[in-house]
Amino acid sequence: MSMRRRLFVSFGIGVVLMLGVTGLRSIARAQAPAVPVEPAATTAPPPAPVAAAPVAVPDPTGDNTGTASDVVVKDAKAPQLDEVMTTVGHSKIAINLMWTLLTGFLVMFMQAGFALVETGFCRAKNAAHTMAMNFMIYPIGMLGYWICGFALQMGGVGAVAVLGGTPPLNSEFVVTLFGHPFGLFGTKGFFLSADVYDVGVFALFLFQMVFMDTTCTIPTGAMAERWKWSSFLVYGFFISMFTYPLFANWVWGGGWLAQLGVNFGLGHGHVDFAGSSVVHMVGGVAALAGAMVLGPRIGKYTKEGKPVAIPGHHIPMALLGTFILAFGWFGFNPGSTLAGGDLRIAVVATNTMLAGTGGAIAAMVYMMTRFGKPDPSMMANGMLAGLVAITAPCAFVTAPVAMLIGTVAGVLVCWAVFFVEGTLKIDDPVGAISVHGVNGAWGVLSLGLFADGVYGDGWNGVPGKVTGLFYGAPKQFLAQCVGTLTCFVFVFASMWVFFKLVDVILGNRVSAEVELAGLDLPEVGALAYPEFVLSPGSSVGAFEPPKPLPAPAAAPAGATARVESF
Amino acid sequence: MKKIEAIVRPHLLEAVKNALQEAGVVGMTVSEVKGYGRQKGHTETYRGSEYKIELVPKVKIEVAIAEELAEGAVDAVLKTAKTGKFGDGKVFVSSLEDVVRIRTGEHGEQAL
Repeated sequence: MSMRRRLFVSFGIGVVLMLGVTGLRSIARAQAPAVPVEPAATTAPPPAPVAAAPVAVPDPTGDNTGTASDVVVKDAKAPQLDEVMTTVGHSKIAINLMWTLLTGFLVMFMQAGFALVETGFCRAKNAAHTMAMNFMIYPIGMLGYWICGFALQMGGVGAVAVLGGTPPLNSEFVVTLFGHPFGLFGTKGFFLSADVYDVGVFALFLFQMVFMDTTCTIPTGAMAERWKWSSFLVYGFFISMFTYPLFANWVWGGGWLAQLGVNFGLGHGHVDFAGSSVVHMVGGVAALAGAMVLGPRIGKYTKEGKPVAIPGHHIPMALLGTFILAFGWFGFNPGSTLAGGDLRIAVVATNTMLAGTGGAIAAMVYMMTRFGKPDPSMMANGMLAGLVAITAPCAFVTAPVAMLIGTVAGVLVCWAVFFVEGTLKIDDPVGAISVHGVNGAWGVLSLGLFADGVYGDGWNGVPGKVTGLFYGAPKQFLAQCVGTLTCFVFVFASMWVFFKLVDVILGNRVSAEVELAGLDLPEVGALAYPEFVLSPGSSVGAFEPPKPLPAPAAAPAGATARVESF
Repeated sequence: MKKIEAIVRPHLLEAVKNALQEAGVVGMTVSEVKGYGRQKGHTETYRGSEYKIELVPKVKIEVAIAEELAEGAVDAVLKTAKTGKFGDGKVFVSSLEDVVRIRTGEHGEQAL
């Protein structure tokens, strides 16, 4: 009863206090200027937008927050045009910088999505190893990219106007072939040192870094459950320092694929809005080379060469990861404008979600009609395939076309999974080659087919908007084909040679004993699920078996008797 | 005394357990087990490849019971664990030589 009474009393006090505060507020409001909408105008001398209202009036609707008084001018009576323009320009770049950073943060979180998808599709005995690879590729890739990757990719990109000009990134290594300049790599920005100490450059680094790390984490799925840790470490540096930055330079850093339009009249050159080729196809093709060199997991194929299913140990984890990736894609694609002030982001974001939907539904329907059940792992691959495919064309196509591109991707990924596994006999536990490699290619090619000529004026220095084959610009499609082919040849060749070299020096693959036992303990020194392993100690954790009770006489005086019953 | 080992479908455990209690069983041991019978499991597909689930998850209930209650207990299992489809499981009944309660050292039916 006393408890209830105490509650009642404190409730009463609360009510009284609330009433009191409300009363005081209404008194304050009554004392406020007669026209509360424009406090500055009524209380301050007429042309003084700088002077703040003496009585701070709350602004619950936000209509009066951010006014002329927030523009800093020398003489409030006579604001100069250049002063106002400075503030406007600063705000414009501020919005873009904010947008680029925020979307970059979203893309960073995609690392978590990849980690969950890949670990969920692996067996429990390799879960800690797969997770650890996905975890460490983030810092390793970033380190390599900071050392030289960013400089090679973006060192010669020139002025990025939407980020305020990025003045220091102005040095590209160029060779002249057939009388045309071929940009090969940038040469400024190593270690982000003093000569590129610029807010625009730093924002660009952050954004490009998380994209690069997305590429790096794709092969860890295809090569999971058998990849040696030491080989993985060397790989992390190689792809982030060389393979990715070089191809990215050619497309996004002002390199030769971007210049195909200016130099050879092929549309706008190779256009890839957010990275179907630069990020996903590079990752997928690297995964292909890696999985080929590694060979299939023990038990993946019968003696007759028939593929055997090795089900993943945690499908809910994989589906959660897919959701996180789909969420991160709202940073990936819309963020690639690098400009929050470019309102095309609405189209980009909506096209992105539509294509992901098309992919998931198409893959589900395909699996249901062919095998009777939807197969959650293929739904996940289908959604990711749709998202990968729309990544290049998301800014250049209409909504129905986005849905079409995603739908095609959803079926394509199923075919590709069966083809890679059944015909090529390449073991890819998570479907990375099919999702990122095959659909990355489909994405950039679909841009060349369906770009509707509405957006992208002056893209890659070519006047006019980006237009595809079906809208009357066949040469754009040609440029996309050149880009796709280059991506495959360059990435496959460089990664194949790399993995073959590592095979000789370090070895890529763990021993058969380690593979059969699971890579968790031998390779990374931790079991993902130690509670499920029967061994002395591990089943009871740190709890020591109780010792026999001491004789009652030994108990100190005053000690209460313990009742030993459980 | 008899020992009854019943291997049943996991989702029917609750029903079987309650029926056994009603039949006079005072204690039991339940474990998650895997096994196969005459059907030798079944095949599924994952990412387009077939795989065989040869060892199907089941629940094993072990009960020690006085001779006269044994038949009622077996009936209880039959009534609750039967669906009529393949994979309903089996009941093994065997005679039990002795039971010892560890705490007190009692033997025989007193220890049940």
